[in-house]
Parts: sequence; C-alpha cells; structure tokens
Amino acid sequence: MSASISDFFENWGPDIWEALIQTFQMVGIALAISILIGLPLGVLLTLSGSGKALENKFLHQILNLVINMIRSIPFIILLFFILPFTKFIAGTTIGVSGVIAPLVIYTAPYIARLMESSLLEVDRGVIEAYEAMGIKTRHIIWHVLIRESRSSIILGLTIATIGLIGATAMAGLVGAGGLGDLAYRFGHLRYQADVMYVTVFILIILVQGIQTFGNLISAKLKKD
Amino acid sequence: MIHFENITKVFDAKSKETKALDDVSLHVKKGTIFGVIGYSGAGKSTLVRMANLLEKPTTGKVYFKGTDLTTLSMSKLQEARRNMGMIFQSFNLLKTGTVYENIANPLKLTGVPKKEIQARVAKYLEIVGLQDKANAYPAKLSGGQKQRVAIARALAHEPEVLLCDEATSALDPDTTDAILSLLDRINQELGITILLITHEMNVVQNICHEVAVMDNGRIIEQGKVIDVFAQPKTKTAKRFVQSLFNDSVPEQLVNSLEGSGQIVTLSFVGESSGKPALAMVTKQFDVYPSILSGNIAQLKDQPFGRLVVHLQGNATETQKAISYLIELGVIVEGYKKGGKQHVS
Repeated sequence: MSASISDFFENWGPDIWEALIQTFQMVGIALAISILIGLPLGVLLTLSGSGKALENKFLHQILNLVINMIRSIPFIILLFFILPFTKFIAGTTIGVSGVIAPLVIYTAPYIARLMESSLLEVDRGVIEAYEAMGIKTRHIIWHVLIRESRSSIILGLTIATIGLIGATAMAGLVGAGGLGDLAYRFGHLRYQADVMYVTVFILIILVQGIQTFGNLISAKLKKD
Repeated sequence: MIHFENITKVFDAKSKETKALDDVSLHVKKGTIFGVIGYSGAGKSTLVRMANLLEKPTTGKVYFKGTDLTTLSMSKLQEARRNMGMIFQSFNLLKTGTVYENIANPLKLTGVPKKEIQARVAKYLEIVGLQDKANAYPAKLSGGQKQRVAIARALAHEPEVLLCDEATSALDPDTTDAILSLLDRINQELGITILLITHEMNVVQNICHEVAVMDNGRIIEQGKVIDVFAQPKTKTAKRFVQSLFNDSVPEQLVNSLEGSGQIVTLSFVGESSGKPALAMVTKQFDVYPSILSGNIAQLKDQPFGRLVVHLQGNATETQKAISYLIELGVIVEGYKKGGKQHVS
C-alpha cells in the first residue's frame, strides 16, 4: 500500500505540483486585478444609488445593466466569447496569461455585487455624522464605508475566491493548466481515477482552508 | 449665531408632496441653549439638519455667523460644518474603531496636526469623563457612554455650535440627566451655543434658555422657557407643559366644589414663588383656599410652581383675593375641566 502511494507521487507528484502552482497563479493574479476593478466598481454602484452621496440614476442603471449582463454568461462561454478581447489585452489566448482576462471579467462584476451588499449594510447615521463634521466624500468612502464593512467585505472576497477556483477548472480548455484541468484530462479522459481523487481532495482542502481563513479574518475585524 | 429665514422644505415622495417645514424663521443667539420641541413628525429633526445643511431647504436661507450657507460651494460648506458639532439619537460611532480612534480619526481627516490630536482627545475625553475608556470599542459601552464619546468627538473640533438631534431620546432618565448637565456645562464653560431638538419637556425645563414649539412644520410658539411654561398659548405647548405638571383634578371633585367657590390655577414664577401668597390671602380676605394639586420645578435659572386651588368664599372676597394674588406677581387662571380658562 505504502509502496503504491509513493509510486503514485513519484509518477504524478511533479504534475500535481505544477497544476497547483498554475491554479495559484491564475487565482492570485485574477483575484488581485478583480479586486482592483471590483472594489471601486462596487463603491460606484453603491454611491450612485438613489439617496446616496454621488446619486446618478443614469450611471447606476448602466452599471447595473452591464454587471447583470456579464454575470448572466457562464464562464465557459465567456472564455470563448471574448477571445478577440483577450488577444488584444494579453497578446495571447492560451496559457495562464491567456486566461487571466476572462477570469477577471468573470469575477470583477461578481466582486462589485458582493461589495455593494456589504457597503449597503453600513449605518447611514455614521456617514451622516462624518458629513456633519465636514469630511470629504472620498475620505468617507475609505474611512467609514469600507472600514465599517471590512468584515463583510472579507467574507465576500472569500466567496469570490472560491468561485474563482471553480472557474479556473475550465481554464484547461485554453491550455492554462491547473488542478481542474489535470483532473479532467487524466482523471476523466484517461480513466485514471486516482489522479481525479487526489485532485479533488486537494481542491477540497484548498476551499476549506480559504473559507476558514476568511471567516477567521472577518471575525477578527468585527468589533461588535 | 444661527438664523433661519423663511425656511420651507418639501419632500416629494412618489405621488404626494409633504411639507416638512413651512415658512420657519428662528434666531439662535450666541451662547444660548435653544430648544425646539415638538411631537414626532412636527419637522424638528428636519429643522436641526438644516442648520448644517445636511438637509437642504426648498426655499429660504440658513445663516451661520452671518454667512448664508445655502450659497456656499461644497468645500466652503464643509469648512463651515467643522465649526458646528453634531450629536445624534443613535450616537453614530464607528463600530470598528476604539473610543480614541472615533475621536481622533475625524480630526486627522480635517487636517489637525498629529501632536495636537493626542492632546485634544485627552482633553475632551476628560471633559466627558471617559479617560479610562480610550481603548474600548463602542460595543462595550453603555448608551450614555456612547453619547459621551459622540460629544467628545464633536467637541474635539472645537466648534462654536453644537447641534443635538434628539440626543437623549434613547437614554434612560438618569443617563439623560447626566448628559443634560454635561451639555449645560459645555455651554457655560466652553461658551458653545447649543441648538437641540427634543420631544421631552424635561430637557427644555432643565437646560434651555429659549424654546420654540413646533407643530406640523411650523413654529407655533416661541420665547423664554419661563414664559412658555408659565403661560403656554397654544394647545401643543399646553400639552407639553402638562406632561411635566399634571395638574388635572378628578372631575367628581371639581363638580362637588363648583357650588362653593372658584377653582383657579396659580402659577408662581421666579420671585413670586418664594412668597407665602396663599397664607397672606387667608389672613387678609374672607376666603379659605384648599390646594387640590401642586407642583414645583426648577427651570434652568429659576423655580416655577403651579397650584390648583379651590377658593371658598363669597364672590366679592374671592375676586379681591385674586386681584391681590395678581398684584403679588402670581399668574391666575380659571380652572376648567379638561383645560384652563383665563379669568380677568
């Protein structure tokens, strides 16, 4: 038994390791860029709503429409649908760099929505107190809105990260590799069930770890 | 200091317009504590939020130290707002910040130098009596303590005006008294002008110099607290005074006494409250007063008392006694079931 386990890792270890690294790369880079786009987008979406600091009905509805449109497209279709755009942005449509653009387009609007629901939880009264103290809107955004909802934002980002891991599984279709790709190509197409089991097991650990970590940070940031 | 001129505010919800403020003019003098009292929906909250333009008037002008705030650009308005502190019914503190951060962060954001921030936080935490809570989070504080933090946060900007939006309405009676005496001290020691709104008459009674009574978006009565207490003119003002001085007498008693003399309400203000007026009446006239109900309370600077008295005696003697009481400075009103009626 122990021999067969060590045999397995001798055969598959490097491939699994490489796939894991690819998954981390895709999730890490795509998440970072998605946050950079999604967070401000979420703030804009929230603040352009009626009765908010930057109320703008037109902008609000446009943002809503665009976010809903992108979120209606399944990732696997999005991946091919925006191929020309990906080519234009990344110069390639294959490999890890070829999949970052679709991952970001898939995740950023999702993060914006999650941000919106977090930011809407912030007590209107605190914002008003800061307005009454003569504090500028951009300072209120960071020092009140985002600060007060940070615990909820972290939970949202945890959800987004796990969703992103799911999406990277399909990235194999454009040759970006990753754990999902490994499980599909070897586990499913070549009937090597053990590879499938190990990959799924790693994914379970990964998701569990991220969720636990997110919950922990969120609880730590929560002070009430 | 603050001057509202013909303020009207119309909120238009989907199908109908509501007039929250209807041609309101008000002047708050520097150094005073000005109370605006009214039932909920009277428009008082909208009014106090006009003072720093959190709510913009539909028509009318808001002057602060002679400047019309409605004409200012956003950045000029923000500058003006730093000179007006504000506290709220729901305290509105950052949940994620300690007491220290709650006071220090807004100072940082308004460009107060770092060294000065520490000194100010320490100074104002001491004034509100929370020096030992600097590192506590609001969740660990009681309602009264949270309001103290909010007061310290407002004062730390060293404003000339403090606006209080139902600041004691969420607090129990003891805590309310403590916060009120703190506000009074702030007014006296720091010379800060206070505009407060409330639905509790005891707030007005305890600390206000002047009061305006609001009903249905209008100011229906206005003046020195003592005057409004002694002779409320409108029904709403009377009800508020009644809420502190419940001088209603059981109807059966009133009926049984009606034949044998007059029932009057006597209000004692300032000087006259110190005189043994009823004893003097008994000595000088052939009337026998009996007290049916009585109250005395301390207004901000003077005592105020009210008695409902049955004067037993013949009509001429009673009339003489009443004239004498009026001479002494007592305000005499006829008692009427379910309300009061003036006698001349």
